[in-house]
Amino acid sequence: MTDTSNSGPVLAADGRPLKASLNRALRRQKLRAMLLIAPLLIFIMITFVVPIGQMLFRSVENQIVSDVLPRTTQMLVEWDASSGDAPDNTVFAALTKDLMVAVEKKQHTRLGSRLNYETTGVSSLFRKSGRKVDDMGEGYTDQFVALDPTWADPVFWADLMEAPSAADALPQTTDAYNAFASTIISEDEKDPRAEQPWHTVYLSLHQDLTADPAADVSGLPAEVAAAQAVAGGFASEDLAASYIKIDKDWGTVETWQTIQTYSPKFTNGYFLNAVDMQKSPDGAEWRPEDQQIYLTLFVRTMIMSMTITISCILLGYPVAWLLANLPMRQANLLMILVLLPFWTSLLVRTSAWKVLLQQQGVINDIVVWLGLVADDNRLALINNATGTIIAMTHILLPFMILPLYSVMKTIPPAYLRAAKSLGATNWTAFWRVYFPQSVPGIGAGSILVFILSIGYYITPEIVGGTKGVFISNRIAYHISSSLNWGLAAALGAILLAVVLLLYWAYDRIVGIDNVKLGG
Amino acid sequence: MTTTALKGQTVAPNLMGFTLPVTAAFGAFFGLLAGQATGAGALLGIIVGAAAGAIIAYVLVTMLPYKTGRLTAIAAIGVLGLLIGGMIGLIVGVLSGAALGWCAYWVHTGRYRASMPPYATAGQVLWHNTFKFICGAILFFLIAPIVTIIPLSFNAENFFTFTPEMLSLDPAGFSLKHYRDFFTNDDWLRPLKNSVIIAPFATIISVSLGTLAAIGLSQSHVPFRRAIMAILISPMIVPLIISATGMFFFYSQMGLFMENTFGMSKSLSGYIKVILAHAALGIPFVIITVTATLVGFDHSLTRAAANMGATPTVTFFRVQMPLILPGVISGALFAFITSFDEVVVVLFVGAAAQKTLPWQMFTGLREQISPTILAVATILVIVSILLLTTVELLRRRSERLRGLSPT
Repeated sequence: MTDTSNSGPVLAADGRPLKASLNRALRRQKLRAMLLIAPLLIFIMITFVVPIGQMLFRSVENQIVSDVLPRTTQMLVEWDASSGDAPDNTVFAALTKDLMVAVEKKQHTRLGSRLNYETTGVSSLFRKSGRKVDDMGEGYTDQFVALDPTWADPVFWADLMEAPSAADALPQTTDAYNAFASTIISEDEKDPRAEQPWHTVYLSLHQDLTADPAADVSGLPAEVAAAQAVAGGFASEDLAASYIKIDKDWGTVETWQTIQTYSPKFTNGYFLNAVDMQKSPDGAEWRPEDQQIYLTLFVRTMIMSMTITISCILLGYPVAWLLANLPMRQANLLMILVLLPFWTSLLVRTSAWKVLLQQQGVINDIVVWLGLVADDNRLALINNATGTIIAMTHILLPFMILPLYSVMKTIPPAYLRAAKSLGATNWTAFWRVYFPQSVPGIGAGSILVFILSIGYYITPEIVGGTKGVFISNRIAYHISSSLNWGLAAALGAILLAVVLLLYWAYDRIVGIDNVKLGG
Repeated sequence: MTTTALKGQTVAPNLMGFTLPVTAAFGAFFGLLAGQATGAGALLGIIVGAAAGAIIAYVLVTMLPYKTGRLTAIAAIGVLGLLIGGMIGLIVGVLSGAALGWCAYWVHTGRYRASMPPYATAGQVLWHNTFKFICGAILFFLIAPIVTIIPLSFNAENFFTFTPEMLSLDPAGFSLKHYRDFFTNDDWLRPLKNSVIIAPFATIISVSLGTLAAIGLSQSHVPFRRAIMAILISPMIVPLIISATGMFFFYSQMGLFMENTFGMSKSLSGYIKVILAHAALGIPFVIITVTATLVGFDHSLTRAAANMGATPTVTFFRVQMPLILPGVISGALFAFITSFDEVVVVLFVGAAAQKTLPWQMFTGLREQISPTILAVATILVIVSILLLTTVELLRRRSERLRGLSPT
């Protein structure tokens, strides 16, 4: 005792303090473990976690509206939908400038389909307008050119826009010209010095000159001042009327409301859509009755998964009990009957059920042969919820039996005998003694089966018809057919949230380290 | 006196009061089915069946020894079936004859209560046997669909049910034409080739990274062990459709990146995408099986090796690897079957050039359903039987190596 207190801290063989030495060893051990884990962790992060994160981001991302229609969305901020009127000509002018660029970049159809998810008809609206937009504002071009043919000269325009005071004196014109110049360079690979500007540039010039007739244009060529003097007297073009002539939807409040509502860069619109709601000026509201499908699908997915889970418990419990109580040799033999389906390809089992359950399939043939149903009244076992439940119960049953078996294996049979010798009936002994001990197995198996079944896609797709499909089939539909990826991502995010919740419960009940495969 | 000694000491039951009625009821059930099937009427079937059951029970248990008795019953009912229903009748007759003969002896020798203690009441014995019957039915439900498709795959017609020729065991009803189609049709051979390319590469990636990480995770001091484990297991827990959706967005960008930056061909980048996606899906299985093997691993062995001068690499390959090899191999088999069976992710991530066997089966089932699918399914069932056997043998070997109880 006194020795150590005199000579300071305990030292290791190399003369360092033992505590520091041990800490160092521990640090190195941790480092080595982390180095072994790191490659896989990075791999999973890149190939799995990042894609999932990106999907979640996509479910709220909505940049396309403000990217394609930057000027319009800005103008629309001040527009009040409750006024009941479509926006005025300034907004239509902004729309024309945006559309002109979008059409050249071929973005307007994509934007149209994006907004079409929210209000039907917008897609064709944008496609139709896209074809005619390059005529919009032609009246101004003609009037400027009639005033002075120099206005048709591309080189004059290029020089005018390079003048230092142009941006201050003619802000909108500069903006429109820059959009014109950069678009034709990037999309058509043409030289802006050789192309007459779009009508939208003349439209902006008119707007600039009339907005402030007394603006200082002294630093600019004389043509500008000449135009400024007469611009107020130009015949103005009614853009709104031209657009409404293309499609009367441009005159409705709904169209503009849709653009206004979806102009922010992020939206909860996809999520609202995923629960059958939509955005409206007064906040979220339910979609019309005939457009509500997702809640029904979510509820159906839940109910069918629960039915499948309960069927698996009912069928799995007796088998697991038998396997756990038979002598080892017989149990191993019977275990093969459970493991073989477990190892057989999912597609094989699904095709087996498709073949067995058909109208002209084996099961119907046997039932008809036995005379239980008439030949012209064969059972409809496939392409409905029945088919999905039968096939998926069969496919997921091993996932119930295996955890149940491993739990039941640990229950000593003596408990049951003891209960009986104390006077319990068979039922009481089972219900009060055996069953409570097997509950962890039921919990583990149920959560496993439930998690697996709510995300199932292949089997419902093949045997489910229309009445037996799950939410996952809808996700696949939006990915591959309707291309509404944002909605698919939102539906996926909701499903993921449900699964993670269950996963957390599973971890609490069983512990994720205790997942066993193949007994 | 122990319970085991008591078991089996049963008195032969009353012939008239028990064996005859039970076998007759059993026979009546078969008669009901036969009556329905032949159109002779349910009532007639029940009467004939019950009579046959009673006669067989009486003759068998009073006059004949076990083996002769069983054969007699099979022959008698088989001939009866042949007379009534031809070839199908013969098969059904032989089966019901076997069942009736077995029933008569099973009841009369008291074997039905052999596994019960002698003090069990009649109700308990009845429940015990009903329970066994229910379990048998459930196991039948599990295995029957898989077994049924095997004979169906030899169908000479393009039907998905048993043709009359097949039922009468007419050789003309069977053919190998669906197998021939599988091995000659390019629509099936190309997917087979793709599956055989993709699955092994995905397996190699998941096994090599997974084993290293499992060894790292099994060390005693790992920071954030639970969180890391949760992330590594997540590809197994997240529903495939969600993984596929996420991967769809990410991997299409990654494919473009690989093509533009490294100048890869579209087909090569397609394969890489699918292999990486499948490797990610296979990793949880490797982690789970290898960590399970490492639970029983004696770390003093590696310390002993180090003590005797082995470098960490030598220790790993000469000491640790041979001991955990069974776990690694069964993890590899799981990863392989995951990739080989996988269809949702490849459907979203892959292009037509990467069409795998399950994908082709999926399209086949959804669009032009062709009986070749059954031939493919049969081949895959055989593959899974081989895999199951391997995994089981490896598991036993691993338990033996780790000194756990041999089974």
